[in-house]
Amino acid sequence: MAKKAEKKARRVAVIEGCRIPFQRSGTGYYDLMAWSLGQFAVKGLLARTGVSPQDIDQVLMGCVANDIATTNVAREVALGAGLPRTVPAHTCTVACLSANMAFTNGANLIETGNADAVIAGGVETFSDVDIKVTKRYRRFILNMTMYHRPKTFADTLKHLRNMSPLDFLLPERPAVSEYSTGLLMGQTAERLAKRLGISRREQDEYAVMSHQRAFKAIQDGVLEKEIVPVVAPGKDKAIAHDNGPREETTLEKIGKLKGAFDKRYGSVTAANSSFLTDGGSSVLLMSEEKAKELGLTPKAYLRAYAYTGQDLVEELLLGPAFSIPAALKKAGLSLSDIGVFEIHEAFAAQMIANVRCLNSRAFAKEKLGLGREVGEIDYDRLNRYGGSLSLGHPFGATGGRLITTCCNRMIDEGQQFGIVAGCGAGAIGNAIVLEAAQA
Amino acid sequence: MKNLTVEKNGNGIVAVTIDCPDSKVNKVSSGLLAEISGLLDSIAEDATVKGLVILSAKDDNFVVGADVDELGAMKTRDEVVTYITKAHTVLKRIESLPFPKVSAIHGNCLGGGLELALVTDYRIASDSPKTTLGLPEVQLGLIPAAGGTQRLPRLIGLQNALPLMLTGRNLKARKALKLGIIDEIVIQHGMKDMAIKKAQDLAGGALKKASGKKGLQQRILDSTLNRFLDTTPAGRGVVFSQARSQVLKQTMGHYPAALAIISSVEFGFRHGIEKGLANDIRIFGELVMDGKSKALRSLFDGMTALKKNPYKAQARPVKKLAVLGTGLMGHGIVSVSTGICDTILMKDVSLDAAAKGMKEVYRGLDKRARSGSITRFERDVQYGKLLPCAGYAGFAGTDVVIEAVFEDLALKRKILAEVEAATDGRTIFASNTSALPITLIAEGSSRPENIVGMHYFSPVPKMPLLEIITTDKTADWVRATALELGIRQGKTCIVVKDCPGFYTTRILIPMLNESMKLIEEGAEIKAIDVAMKQFGYPVGPVTLVDELGIDVAAHVAKGEVRKLFDARGLKASDGYTKLFEHGFKGRKNKVGFYVYDETGKKGLLGLGKKKGGRPVNPDVYEILGGSRKPFKPEEIQDRLSLAMINEAALCLQEGILSCARDGDIGAVFGLGFPPFTGGPFRYIDAVGAKTVVEKMRRLEGTFGPLYKPADIIKQMASKGRKFHAS
Repeated sequence: MAKKAEKKARRVAVIEGCRIPFQRSGTGYYDLMAWSLGQFAVKGLLARTGVSPQDIDQVLMGCVANDIATTNVAREVALGAGLPRTVPAHTCTVACLSANMAFTNGANLIETGNADAVIAGGVETFSDVDIKVTKRYRRFILNMTMYHRPKTFADTLKHLRNMSPLDFLLPERPAVSEYSTGLLMGQTAERLAKRLGISRREQDEYAVMSHQRAFKAIQDGVLEKEIVPVVAPGKDKAIAHDNGPREETTLEKIGKLKGAFDKRYGSVTAANSSFLTDGGSSVLLMSEEKAKELGLTPKAYLRAYAYTGQDLVEELLLGPAFSIPAALKKAGLSLSDIGVFEIHEAFAAQMIANVRCLNSRAFAKEKLGLGREVGEIDYDRLNRYGGSLSLGHPFGATGGRLITTCCNRMIDEGQQFGIVAGCGAGAIGNAIVLEAAQA
Repeated sequence: MKNLTVEKNGNGIVAVTIDCPDSKVNKVSSGLLAEISGLLDSIAEDATVKGLVILSAKDDNFVVGADVDELGAMKTRDEVVTYITKAHTVLKRIESLPFPKVSAIHGNCLGGGLELALVTDYRIASDSPKTTLGLPEVQLGLIPAAGGTQRLPRLIGLQNALPLMLTGRNLKARKALKLGIIDEIVIQHGMKDMAIKKAQDLAGGALKKASGKKGLQQRILDSTLNRFLDTTPAGRGVVFSQARSQVLKQTMGHYPAALAIISSVEFGFRHGIEKGLANDIRIFGELVMDGKSKALRSLFDGMTALKKNPYKAQARPVKKLAVLGTGLMGHGIVSVSTGICDTILMKDVSLDAAAKGMKEVYRGLDKRARSGSITRFERDVQYGKLLPCAGYAGFAGTDVVIEAVFEDLALKRKILAEVEAATDGRTIFASNTSALPITLIAEGSSRPENIVGMHYFSPVPKMPLLEIITTDKTADWVRATALELGIRQGKTCIVVKDCPGFYTTRILIPMLNESMKLIEEGAEIKAIDVAMKQFGYPVGPVTLVDELGIDVAAHVAKGEVRKLFDARGLKASDGYTKLFEHGFKGRKNKVGFYVYDETGKKGLLGLGKKKGGRPVNPDVYEILGGSRKPFKPEEIQDRLSLAMINEAALCLQEGILSCARDGDIGAVFGLGFPPFTGGPFRYIDAVGAKTVVEKMRRLEGTFGPLYKPADIIKQMASKGRKFHAS
């Protein structure tokens, strides 16, 4: 049981993280619901750490495109993974930062003494998106069955009056654009690239690098540390690797693609944007004392984190550029102290833009009110094993992957500090500073 | 009253709650019957009673059937007849009450319990998975004599009722509703009030007894063929003769109860229900006194006793299980564990190999979900417990590791070493070997006290037996935990001491060896199988080897078990090895004693099945040599059965078995030793140890030391004692 809140905040330890292999939507997890993806990730985490489900106090899961059948998907994940029914669970949704939020909320529960051990992570599937019927059809059904039930045949006809036959047939276009601006995220990336003068070649080079790094990491078995293999129910083949990274991704090949969001002058293409992905991730957090009590060796400690909000058009994708300095300030560190960067790659253009802004004195002055630039991020320290562009981006789950990889990299690379950062729809930014526990 | 609570409400509905004292379950006993009888007397005098409701106060049973112990204690046929007559009188009186009777069923409603419910007018049952209904008497060598044979066919039709009674199968509420055994399904809470309301409505005539809704197809069938078969004497004649021939074919006439059920139902239809009921009393009296029923009941008692773990206090929980080798055995073991463990690691040489095993587990779970015995979510939860592994990462904290890899000592030792390196002192290593001595596997182990044998039988989900083998070093908590795991997996477990072949394989080997010798001497393969089936085995020994694998038989015959028999001067045949060297593996590679081509498979509606079974593979005779000559079935039966029986006695004598009961259960449920005999030890008791010894002496003269009777049988013979006191 969680102890009463103590005055001094308790240190939060990251014990272990893991994820199931990320799969391009419509492939490996085609028949699975999102909760089931989380189930495999959480189950794998428990099996791997040997921690008893009875020791977990709460489960938090991020998810964006939630299935209406499992609106609190975290609860189904927890039940599905065999956690006791007495363990509460809730779902966080902050677009692509949903798992980050699950993680930091979980950390807060521990810091404030409301929990000793928390599983935080996320799930996402785009293989079975809820597709809506048209608004007019919805209205018709609701009127007919609930709110304005017809008493006579004439009433029924009245309801039918405004309907066209197509209303019954065609589904509604899923809303993927920013609600407040009506802009697609790709269009925003396109604006950003043009505004900062990021060339098509630069973007493609970054995308190719991401794929090559990811492909090599899979070949070298580096990612096995963070992956629990899955056998989809009823299948007789194991899914053990991410299927997003493509070795054949070359500059020449992707250079031929047309702009995906601006057919005439566009530089943002399908190849330098992240693609629809299914996946699940989970991270085990504990108070330092609890970890000690259970004889577990933490991989890292949470040092600080920050969330920021930005302009919805011009800064939508600049979350890391705003949140990293904020988090560093709380951590009392500077960018040069950080040895490991794991930043969510929504678009190659967005990555390059964030790195540039962080190293720009003008940006620092104008937007952050700082006297000098935040600092330069060495691409060698950034997303070494690929990122969302290559490994894929299951919205709700990505944060869990970044945290897990960051912890493992700090150990492998002997670094003391790491940063996880990302941007999300709604122009939210987040950065989390982690401190190695095994350095 | 000790067993009953009676309440009457303002509307004249009497609710009778059955609650047998000092027991978790309600059983029909003389005491209960007497109380109901007294209650009926008082109801008869009370003109204000308008309805009767029967329910149970137990958590998860209505009435589980007759008190078998009470029956077992009866010494004479007359006692049995008096008892069952009393039951008939009470049930008849309930049935004739002039107002509506309703039973509210939650939990097991079996045998006498269902027969009680059948005399009420309306049955509501809970939707709980614990609710099961059935007439399992046949499994105890009895018939449902308290009206079941008469009332059930009249309620749900002959064609539905006969299979239920002949198999003794239990039904869940949903299926029972479909068949019309119950009238309504409700939630388990507040059933008393619902039943009272139902009785009130029925009494007020406000509610007619609902006739089950039937689909169009069902209605058409009802109107034609089924109606003919169920309701006309000629049609019923067809059903009875079909049932009879099927039972005879399946049981070789060894189970009189099944045939008695058919006769009883037939008699009732021919002469009316009153005479039918009277006839049942007579049949029941005979069956209870029959040795076969007694033997079957002894097995039932043995199984019930073995469901309890005497070492339970020492058992540790098994939350995390690992199974190495995910083939037929491995995934079978996993399949019976998904409901009781938190995490199950399935390790094989590759993830894809593990995936194949996982698919089989899922198949089983999905089947259960489709049948409604678990929800789809529960299916997914249980499947989610499985983790495919190609290495030992994640093995830390495993409570039990069960290896089910190929029967090779070196391989098993290697795996043991790997497991020990990946785990610590809390982890039990269980070997699912059928013959390799556990002590040998444990040689060189750093934690021999954690090692135990768990010998499952294939296919694991279907076979009821688990043989647990302890060595001199096995720790008490390890034995206790393995036993608890086995019991929770739904297995009937016998705990035996380590020796080559343990108990079951060890007693099988002499029989298989002797069967091979018979072939070499010139016996027809079919003659051997037929003779042993006539003796009561579900499959003949030659077919058994084809199923187990000739490679396995050859492997086992060569190994440690052989040393055991060599030491006794027994000549072992090398026939299996010879066949194996010629590429024979049995059914698995379709090269066996019999021919396994696809045409032998069951065709549409079973019509395509060839008469006379599979043809024998002529190559076998060619390889083994010799010429065919006739053997008397009795000679085959004596030689094979006594080879097994004597070896069982030796196991008891040597302390491999801790008691005769375990030997009986092991032989029947592991090897198919004729169940109606009650097992090898009950068989000796029934035939007489003296007769057995004499027979064996004769065989010893001709066939050598294999038939040297075990000292323990000789002692029984000389002292005129029995293995089982009762």
